[in-house]
Amino acid sequence: MEYALALIVLLCLVGLVVLHPLLGEAPRSSADEGAREELEAAKEAKYREIRDAELDVQMGKLSKEDHRSIDRELRAEAIEILERLDRLDGTAPDS
Amino acid sequence: MDPSRKRRLRLVVALGAALILAGALVYTSFSGSTEASTPSEVVASAEPGRSYELTGKVARQSVAREHDRLRFVIRDRDGTGSVPVSYEGVVPDPFREGREVIVSGEMKNGTFVAERDSLVTKCPSKFTKEQTASRGT
Amino acid sequence: MAGIGSACLFAGLLTAVYAAGASVYGARAGNGAFVISGRRAIYCLAALMLGATAVLQSAFLRSDFSYALVAEGSSTDTPTFYKVTAMWATQDGSLLLWALLLSLFSSAVLFLTRRSLRGIAPYATAVLAVVAGFFLLLMVGWENPFGTLANPPAEGSGLNPLLRHPAMMIHPPMLYTGYVGFSIPFAFAVGALITRNTGADWIRATRRFALVAWTFLGTGIMLGALWSYTELGWGGYWAWDPVENASLMPWLVGTAFLHSIMVQEKRGMLKIWNVCLIIATFVLALLGTFLVRSGILDSIHAFGASTIGVQFLVFIALVVIGSTVLVISRLPHLRSEARLDSLLSREAFFLLNNLVLVGLCLVVFWGTFFPLISEAVTGTEASVGPPWFNRLTTPLALVLVLLMAIGPVVSWRRMSPAGLVRAFKWPVLGALLTLLVALALTPAGERPLALLMACFAALVLVVVGQEFWRGASARRTISGDPWPRALSRLVARNRRRYGGYIAHAGIVVLFLGVAGSSAFLQQRDLRLSPGDTFSSGGYHITYEKATATLGEDRAGSGAPITFGAVLRARDENGKTFTLRPSRNFYPTQDASKGAIGRFFEGEATSEVDVRWGLRRDLWTAIRPDISALADPIREANAKFGNSSGDVQALVIAALAERYRRNPPPATFRAIVSPLVSWIWIGGGIVLLGALIAAWPSPEARLRRVRSLYSARLGRDLRAEPS
Repeated sequence: MEYALALIVLLCLVGLVVLHPLLGEAPRSSADEGAREELEAAKEAKYREIRDAELDVQMGKLSKEDHRSIDRELRAEAIEILERLDRLDGTAPDS
Repeated sequence: MDPSRKRRLRLVVALGAALILAGALVYTSFSGSTEASTPSEVVASAEPGRSYELTGKVARQSVAREHDRLRFVIRDRDGTGSVPVSYEGVVPDPFREGREVIVSGEMKNGTFVAERDSLVTKCPSKFTKEQTASRGT
Repeated sequence: MAGIGSACLFAGLLTAVYAAGASVYGARAGNGAFVISGRRAIYCLAALMLGATAVLQSAFLRSDFSYALVAEGSSTDTPTFYKVTAMWATQDGSLLLWALLLSLFSSAVLFLTRRSLRGIAPYATAVLAVVAGFFLLLMVGWENPFGTLANPPAEGSGLNPLLRHPAMMIHPPMLYTGYVGFSIPFAFAVGALITRNTGADWIRATRRFALVAWTFLGTGIMLGALWSYTELGWGGYWAWDPVENASLMPWLVGTAFLHSIMVQEKRGMLKIWNVCLIIATFVLALLGTFLVRSGILDSIHAFGASTIGVQFLVFIALVVIGSTVLVISRLPHLRSEARLDSLLSREAFFLLNNLVLVGLCLVVFWGTFFPLISEAVTGTEASVGPPWFNRLTTPLALVLVLLMAIGPVVSWRRMSPAGLVRAFKWPVLGALLTLLVALALTPAGERPLALLMACFAALVLVVVGQEFWRGASARRTISGDPWPRALSRLVARNRRRYGGYIAHAGIVVLFLGVAGSSAFLQQRDLRLSPGDTFSSGGYHITYEKATATLGEDRAGSGAPITFGAVLRARDENGKTFTLRPSRNFYPTQDASKGAIGRFFEGEATSEVDVRWGLRRDLWTAIRPDISALADPIREANAKFGNSSGDVQALVIAALAERYRRNPPPATFRAIVSPLVSWIWIGGGIVLLGALIAAWPSPEARLRRVRSLYSARLGRDLRAEPS
């Protein structure tokens, strides 16, 4: 008896929480925000790579020429990510 | 050497190393393993000089300690066969009659002479139904 | 109250089913509302599991013996700490712990990724819900922790004395946190495969969870080894027991995973490898949970034939088959974005490190399951023991340490051989110096493998030191900071790298401890009477006298009777100290042993006494011989069987005093292990490194928050004026 009662109460509570989003309200965050978070994470990762390469060349692990070419590549990729982020915001610079 | 040939060479070397490891694995394990047996098996068909891993239950009222040596009798899990064991070495804390044990050694003249320190006692079942049953009923 | 607990479980099962269904439907139909609904269901699941755990814990704390679990695992005189932790000493309770941890971790990761990974997150939710559902199904269907007894006993059986050790009680939650933690990247990997978004997104989102899981799993394994060393009577810390191996295997593959994801993040390579690796880690984690609960392998832990072994096996098979099919079907999307340019690159060394770690895992796997393999192949069941494991893992471990020395020095993509030589000047010097010192001052020459390990360890430690030194110098030339500030800023700005280096140093120190203690161990087993002396490993030890105390259990585990010895040890420098190994005797509920006898015939545990040291440990254990008390106990049973508790206590005190005055020879074991403390120290260093690597960077968080505000501003400005 206690079991059945508790089960009903619990399922009602869960149902309330879980069915709430389905009752008409559109999700507050748009698909854009999802893409934004992913791009932000990719941007952070790219910044870290650029900094890592800088540290490597300072410590002598990477030769100056290797670092130049790698740094150029990474910065171009980072700029690309920044551009995509800007496009998401609708604030792309006039080309 | 062009890149794709280099890559193929690396793959071959890697596979070769893996094969060697696998070979070492298989060879050493099959040649260096101890056969697991039950008391009845070991009484019936043990080859002298060959080591076995004996699994079974410690028979009741069979545990005796003489100085450094522990003597007890192992029975099959289903209780049919049994063999006396002579053991020297550390005795695990959970060891007592009725518990399941694993011990390695050889058969010598009808007694299972165990390797030093090879006695393992299984922790009593977490269900401890044996304790609940034997108390107060 | 037990009804509420069971209801939480069944409601949880239904909620998990809904979570999986709603998430998948929402993803396929493009309906974001259902995805949110599915995520909320996981939050509800976490709440339900918290509720169920609260109900069970309250039953333990109240010593409510109408609960079968409480009656089995606790008693009124169990110390409170062990009452709380007794929940996961049982099979049912540990299933609940798994479900609780899984639902909490899932809630955390879904909350953190609620705005991102739109494609992957719903499928990940579904996977996590299915796994949680499996554990709930096990509990609801077979092993309900809320089972009640029709006739509750007046007193519980109490916690098995062997488990009454703090490390043993923290060990399962740590291991489970590790296993559960690896479920998160697994779920996201599956989601990534399903949605064909096989870039590094799923890795970036779950990297920290993998690192935290790895840390907890590793710490749990360490605690198990520490428990074995300090609590069991054999003096070792690792026996290659199937259950120990079961936790080691996912840790090994997890370590490989942590390294290879860096390659995918940086170069877009090893995509198939990473996906397979995380699937393997998760399957091994499930296998680890299963091995402890089935009866298929003979082990000190195997809790007899279990009722849920088959179900676990079926679930594991489904996971393996399903994952394999998924990976194969997505192979075109898992192509590398780049090629391996040179063997002298960090990618190549990470790959090598992976191969060695997977090789180690394979060795452990083969050895653990060998009884089943040999039965299948030859018809007879055979097993391999610690010598086999040691023989095969030692060379692999040596190669691993060597790789740890070279990897950090090599740069990504390619490195010039000249650069490598320059970087290795000091490390090689350090290794040579170590070699000379070891040969001259220690007996290391007798054990070439240990000597090799010491040299390789020196390589790694100098490389790590060099990395710190060069990095800090580089910072100083730019910023002019003083050394301490340069070092701290270096680590703070490169947490992953330097945390990793510290972890490497820790592992190497750990291996050194293992090498020293296993190669140069000195062990003696003897029977001694008071006054006897012996020497071992540079110590001269005297058995001064026997001790017998009642209710004064040093470990706080509630043992009524303790018999022990006072040993006096003197080292080569004349310094003396005392060791007091003892044996605790716990009463049994078995009435057939007699009212007095039952206090001596129950479980007994060895309370070892260890003198810890940086150079070496002196470990001692005693097994008192109480057979001489058998006759007096029999008399006492007859005379005082029906006396009051107070009288019986006096009788027991008299018997104890009798032992103390005239103790028969007791069996002692004394082990001198060089460098064994470095195992625990090394583990601590690894933990520190992992914490540093996992710590979130405040600058990144600040940037993320700021960019969110700027995005909101942009949206507001574009929106319709109100």
